Amino acid sequence: MSLNLNEALQTFFAESRALLRDMEDALLRLEGAPDDADALNAVFRAAHTIKGSAGLFGLNAIVAFTHEAESVLDMARDGRLRLNDAVCGLLLQCRDHVELLLREAESGEELTEAARQHGDTLTERLLQLHGPGRGTLAPLAPDTAEPLRCGGSPVDNDGWHISLRFDPGVLRNGLDPMSFIRYLGTFGRIARIVTVLDGMPRLADLDAECCHLGFEIQFVSDCDKQAIEAAFEFVRDECQLRILPPGSRVHDYVRLLDELPGDKLRLGELLVACGAVTKRELDAALQEQQRVDLGPPLGQVLVGDKVVRPEVVNAALNKQNEMRARQPQDGMFIRVHADKLDALINQVGELVIAGAGVGLLAQRNKDSALQEAMSSLSRLVEEVRDGAMRLRMVEIGETFNRFRRVVRDVSKDLGKNVELVITGAETELDKSVVERLGDPLTHLVRNAMDHGIEPADVRASRGKPMHATLELAACHEAGHIVVEVRDDGGGLDRERILAKAIERNLIEAETQAQLPDTEVWNLIFEPGFSTARQVSNLSGRGVGMDVVKRGIEALRGNVEIESVAGRGTTIRIRLPLTLAIIEGFLMRVADVHLVVPLDMVLECVEIGAALPPGQDYFDLRGEVLPLLRLREHFGLQGEPGRRQNVVIVNTAGRKAGLVVDELKGQFQAVIKPLGELFARVHGLAGSTILGSGEVALVIDVPGLLESAQRAYRKAGLRPVPGTPSSGPAAQLSKSMTAGLIG
Amino acid sequence: MQVSTEQRGTLHRLRLEGDLDIYAAADLKTALVDALSTPHELEIDLAQISAIDTSGIQLLAAAKREALDTGKTMRMVNHSAAVVELIELYDLAGWFGDPLWLPQASQNGGTA
Repeated sequence: MSLNLNEALQTFFAESRALLRDMEDALLRLEGAPDDADALNAVFRAAHTIKGSAGLFGLNAIVAFTHEAESVLDMARDGRLRLNDAVCGLLLQCRDHVELLLREAESGEELTEAARQHGDTLTERLLQLHGPGRGTLAPLAPDTAEPLRCGGSPVDNDGWHISLRFDPGVLRNGLDPMSFIRYLGTFGRIARIVTVLDGMPRLADLDAECCHLGFEIQFVSDCDKQAIEAAFEFVRDECQLRILPPGSRVHDYVRLLDELPGDKLRLGELLVACGAVTKRELDAALQEQQRVDLGPPLGQVLVGDKVVRPEVVNAALNKQNEMRARQPQDGMFIRVHADKLDALINQVGELVIAGAGVGLLAQRNKDSALQEAMSSLSRLVEEVRDGAMRLRMVEIGETFNRFRRVVRDVSKDLGKNVELVITGAETELDKSVVERLGDPLTHLVRNAMDHGIEPADVRASRGKPMHATLELAACHEAGHIVVEVRDDGGGLDRERILAKAIERNLIEAETQAQLPDTEVWNLIFEPGFSTARQVSNLSGRGVGMDVVKRGIEALRGNVEIESVAGRGTTIRIRLPLTLAIIEGFLMRVADVHLVVPLDMVLECVEIGAALPPGQDYFDLRGEVLPLLRLREHFGLQGEPGRRQNVVIVNTAGRKAGLVVDELKGQFQAVIKPLGELFARVHGLAGSTILGSGEVALVIDVPGLLESAQRAYRKAGLRPVPGTPSSGPAAQLSKSMTAGLIG
Repeated sequence: MQVSTEQRGTLHRLRLEGDLDIYAAADLKTALVDALSTPHELEIDLAQISAIDTSGIQLLAAAKREALDTGKTMRMVNHSAAVVELIELYDLAGWFGDPLWLPQASQNGGTA
């Protein structure tokens, strides 16, 4: 087919997917609160829109199936069907089936036999629900649609409806609308009159001698149509006169709307205002008109909600193929291809680098005017950068909400009663991060429900509430986003993990008692802890935890576990907010430039010659601060400078000092990935280009501290037995104390 | 039609007199545009209007809408019987939103 249709089809698929998501959300809401009219309307709207659009593209399977679901929804809206759990469950399955049908249409693949049968079963069950009365609603062929049925029911009012639009020239010709309307009053009663001011230009542009008014009149009289027409005899040629006799059908009014100029929604309101039709009648008729236009007519006027909002009327008025009035907030968003955004971010990155280059030149040339101009330019560049980055930011709530369905389904499968609590849904992070977070999160959520949360009887015997709680939480923390998956289950089993680890030769049996909890928990991230047989006798997680960890590390994030036996487990994922540009702190070691994320830097201290070589701790105002000498760590050549500086960094609540030669200050780093050669180098997150064109390496602080910790361990420095430990940095500190004591 | 204006503090008072019909329409428009161009609250005294037709009410409506759009206060007071009659015929009382005083026995005797 033509390219255009193909594009439209892609839009249809994209929008349908969004609609299905809305539908799922709304259905899950309905499950909790069956009387939520908004949610019900949302479900209906989604089904209806998908059906209508599918009809346009000739996707008959979708139309036919959605139609049945819609009939059931229709009954629910009329209050003829109570939405209990069973119905919601059925509708959720129907939603999934529609998704399947859409995927089939998109890929052009045939449905599997099982899927088709499932669809038939669903249709059967839907038909059962909407009963014999509705079951006989065989779609009428569009061309034989019965006029009577389509005409709608007679309107509930007993007057004539007169619709008047005067030509501008009437006043100049000495004809004044008021005299005609007064004259009407001599042979009948003007029940209601609405003066239509919409055609009137602004005061400044108004020709004072022209008439811009119109009138919608509800006129009660037992005269005939001719008498009314005669009243307007004199202005016959200078006005548009439409007269609807008493008892006209709603559809005549709808036709009137079609004929009159101006915004239909507004006109519809006018008709309602002057009492010609009720909102309900109008809405019902409009919806029906729409059905006649689009799909098999239902043959019965859909009775809308009693409270019909204007946008619903509007939606009904729009032809189905203009899907613009779907939701009121839709107008506030535009769809942009992700590639365009990426290209923009890239260019902003280049701009930042180029700006740094110019700034450097301005400084070298000591041209103060240029420097001043440069500083305001860099402020703007910074704002542009932040704005561009914000474009990519999305709320994590959408990702979290997907888990409502997962939790619902898994808890039904397992027979566990689990409630999902979401906090911090409005926390924003980079879209590319969000996208790659879905899989690890799914893993963690399933694990928590499967292994973490105990069966109901065990919970009861432990005196816990039957209702288990699974919490997904997100918050910002120093340039990072922290995502937590928390359950109130049994917690990890230390002994079993240790036994497993010893069996697998991951640790030595005699050291197991000394191993702090955090290290024990980290064992479950080891590959091989995750095969099915081992999981079954491990009672804890382990299913693909190494995959989870790798996924998170690929995003420059880290995972940590907190677990209290009998009370539950928290898995905390820490991710950088963005993958592209960061505010960094630039420093130099030997001739290498290094950058750490600025929000991790707590302070900088000069240590001068006070520090003896080889000492890897430092007294920071009475606190023992572990030091990492970057020169030694990275094996850099050259003599250290006379004065050394310590950059104190903070990550995940732990402090450590990095010993460097020179502090260079704040720097905007556009992060470029390192080549594959460096894939095995720990502690580096990427590279960036300085204004001078030199390359600086971006330090991955948590990774760096961890690899330093490993190096210490290899060197035989074990943590002091019995002292609590909370992680790499503390670990460093511990090993230093060990060194001191030893 | 005669127009007189009066400035009392932040209140700009426009007093219209005579017939607000198509012959006066152009003048009325100028008067209204001028009155709305001041930053002040606008009060239009209609006590001395002996007759009004569609062009007159249309201008008043346009002025009112302008005032609403620009966030200004425009108020019509002391409607004469002729004005009340037309506003009621067109059912615009609610739209204008000004309290309508029932006309006194004397045709043109606006309330003080």
